[in-house]
Amino acid sequence: MFPARTWREYPQRYRLEAVKCTKDNTVYFPPRLVRPGTLETDCFEPYTLPDEGTIYTFTVIEVPPNQFKDEAPYVVAIIELVDGTKITCQVADCDPKKLEIGQKVKMEFRRIQTHEEHGVLSYGYKAVPAIKGVTTV
Amino acid sequence: MREVAIIGVGMNQWGELWDKSLRDVYVESALEAIKDAGVDTVDGMYVGAMAPGLFVGQEHLGSLLADYLGIKNLPCARVESACASGGVAIKSAFLEIASGHSDIVIAGGVEKMTDCSGDDATYALATAADQEYEVFHGATFPGLYAMMARRHMHEFGTTQEQLAHVAVKNHKNGAKNPKAQYPFEVTLDGVMNSVMIADPLHILDCSPITDGAACVVMADLETAKRICKKPIVKVLGFGHATDAIALHSRKSLTQLDATIVAAERAYKMTGKKPEDIDFAEVHDCFTIAEIIVIEDLGFFEKGKGGTGAESGETYIGGRIPINPSGGLKSKGHPVGATGVAQAIEVTTQLRGDSGDRQIEGAKVGLAQNMGGSGGSAVVHIMEVL
Repeated sequence: MFPARTWREYPQRYRLEAVKCTKDNTVYFPPRLVRPGTLETDCFEPYTLPDEGTIYTFTVIEVPPNQFKDEAPYVVAIIELVDGTKITCQVADCDPKKLEIGQKVKMEFRRIQTHEEHGVLSYGYKAVPAIKGVTTV
Repeated sequence: MREVAIIGVGMNQWGELWDKSLRDVYVESALEAIKDAGVDTVDGMYVGAMAPGLFVGQEHLGSLLADYLGIKNLPCARVESACASGGVAIKSAFLEIASGHSDIVIAGGVEKMTDCSGDDATYALATAADQEYEVFHGATFPGLYAMMARRHMHEFGTTQEQLAHVAVKNHKNGAKNPKAQYPFEVTLDGVMNSVMIADPLHILDCSPITDGAACVVMADLETAKRICKKPIVKVLGFGHATDAIALHSRKSLTQLDATIVAAERAYKMTGKKPEDIDFAEVHDCFTIAEIIVIEDLGFFEKGKGGTGAESGETYIGGRIPINPSGGLKSKGHPVGATGVAQAIEVTTQLRGDSGDRQIEGAKVGLAQNMGGSGGSAVVHIMEVL
């Protein structure tokens, strides 16, 4: 990925920075310029996503894209954070066979991609099981 | 608006066509459609293609394909909406004819997916998902549909067997389609024991990578009546809608809002209801997609789509046959061509020309074409005069 493209996303990938609508408290991640359905633009305030949530759904990727070749099989999930926001990420440090919808997870800062044409390692968020000893390998 | 009909159809043999170029694959299909229509020229052309720039390094398809079709200065452009590009080409041609601007227009679609490595093809397809917030994290297309499948299983009790039944049914139909990429039957055990791609989807839950093209010649109804020697198939109307690309931005993962809204719009425009539809071609890029889509089109109650193939209701001869062509699953899925090929199957069925897979007495058919993980959808409803 071209360096500027990943650098530009640091606030979201490193710090889970989102926005909250000042009119109805809806959270948008990543931030967007327009309030859906209204064309209003001046109604967002900075907001940081909570780092706890549950697994909403997941899959185990057996056939990965090139940049994840060394990591398959790995788990990709949609996490429902405690404030209701949903985000897509990997679930690390888990036994895929023991994962379940509804299981508690915590968001952590992790390395995401190592195979980069431009030599940039990419970091961001992954989920890990919140209760150690139950699903940790 | 003028009424619009499909007067000619053309589709080459789909598969891994290493001996043919993108331009030749397309021109073969276009010529077949022109010959079927019995016309000697056309006024315009729309070409649906998802990612020729990534698959073969070629953009500017409108001009390239008009040139190689040999129609000088033809107004022609490529249209793109991921795997719904073909459906958008038909809608575009429909509007150009309905408006009175043109009388005879080709709507085509093409994708040449085997001129690059499997990795490059995977990358090209993934560009239909959210690059920064899905693909960056390692999501693949089978992975996104797998997450929908798991949620559908969780909320409604849909089973792995029910997914497999969709593949079995579509391959049974495709085995009778001479133009299908994989014209053979598969068994329930065969599907369920095939290699896992993205749990719970096995490789036989997935549509393949395909080279292929499909074209229809469309005309206003008066012109169609004047020149068409075969039964005239009217395109009664369409519905087109978009939705968030990223799954996590949608309220539900067990319904596809773009398809629901496109269907509502198509039903409203045509005055038809789900119970008026005799059969449908739907976008079964993965088995779970067919299950969700037949619910969202109103053929099955939400959560009950899994019973469609399992009970036999979606087989030819059943209550509402789905994908008599074999679907994307067996016929193949050259992404830009798929929406047009669906319209070809609907036309052929309505003309009564479908041979061994003919649905008896079919008068009204529907085609549902979908982009990405459901972020776009086009629905057309067609009726034989």
